[in-house]
Amino acid sequence: MSDAHHDLEGHDHQGVKPGAEAGYHAGRIRAIEALLVEKGVLTKEDVRRQIEYMEARSPANGARLVARAWVDPEFKARLLSDTKAAALELGIDASGPVEFIVVENTPKIHNLIVCTLCSCYPRAILGRPPDWYKSFNYRSRAVNEPRAVMREFGLEVGDDVEVAVHDSSADVRYLVLPMQPPGTEDMSEQELARLVTRDSLIGTSVPRAPARTG
Amino acid sequence: MTPARFEPGEAVRVRADEKPGHIRTPDYVRGKTGRIEKVLGAFRNPESLAYGGSGLPEKPLYKVGFRQTDLWDGYAGPADDTLYIDIYEHWLEPARKETL
Repeated sequence: MSDAHHDLEGHDHQGVKPGAEAGYHAGRIRAIEALLVEKGVLTKEDVRRQIEYMEARSPANGARLVARAWVDPEFKARLLSDTKAAALELGIDASGPVEFIVVENTPKIHNLIVCTLCSCYPRAILGRPPDWYKSFNYRSRAVNEPRAVMREFGLEVGDDVEVAVHDSSADVRYLVLPMQPPGTEDMSEQELARLVTRDSLIGTSVPRAPARTG
Repeated sequence: MTPARFEPGEAVRVRADEKPGHIRTPDYVRGKTGRIEKVLGAFRNPESLAYGGSGLPEKPLYKVGFRQTDLWDGYAGPADDTLYIDIYEHWLEPARKETL
């Protein structure tokens, strides 16, 4: 690395110091964590386990549930009636006090999920929500102008389709079961799962068939 | 818990109460009339849990559906658009069907 580079950057590269805080909120969280550990409310091990639990979950779980529901109508019925049990069939452990409901998109109904109060999200299945899901903008507008919000995501829902918004305000977390895109009937379950995006599980998008080549 | 007071299809009004503290009934549905979509079961009361309470007795929780046009003046969308929200029983009271 040349001196000229350093001149252009205009700052020293001192590296990350152990214990350096990213900012006010990170510092506050670390202080609360230290107090909880000190008072014996939880242990460092509990914190690490919880981080591992959350990191092990991702929208890929939702994609597997949806793809299986598309190829197996009996599984779809179980997914709609008892989401936790259906998830466990695929090795996805969503056990805990929170309940789950899967809402099905149809040619007549398009579903959209929001939590106006905070950031309730099916974390035990999908992991952490995207940042925009927690934004004041999304939380306040998804309930009173859902069609405009979806349009900003590139999704135009026709006036002949009912938009059903689900505000997860309590002990139930919602996931959308999107419709299988036309022209994908010959695809395998694994191929179908790749079409199911995180946003299509929230309702701000829908799965699209891959562009045909040749 | 007490048995669920309302059943699917029943018209209900969300209480317009002002209540301080941690509540899970957003302002925008208070005083509004909707319909019971589903009885979701009984859950510990978050208004007690938030302050270290037991949350007991458990409260019946309902999925309540509203017409968007009943919630917002000048809603930009078809009259069939709906909003569903989960409301604990102590926030609900019977509504006369004619008001729907």
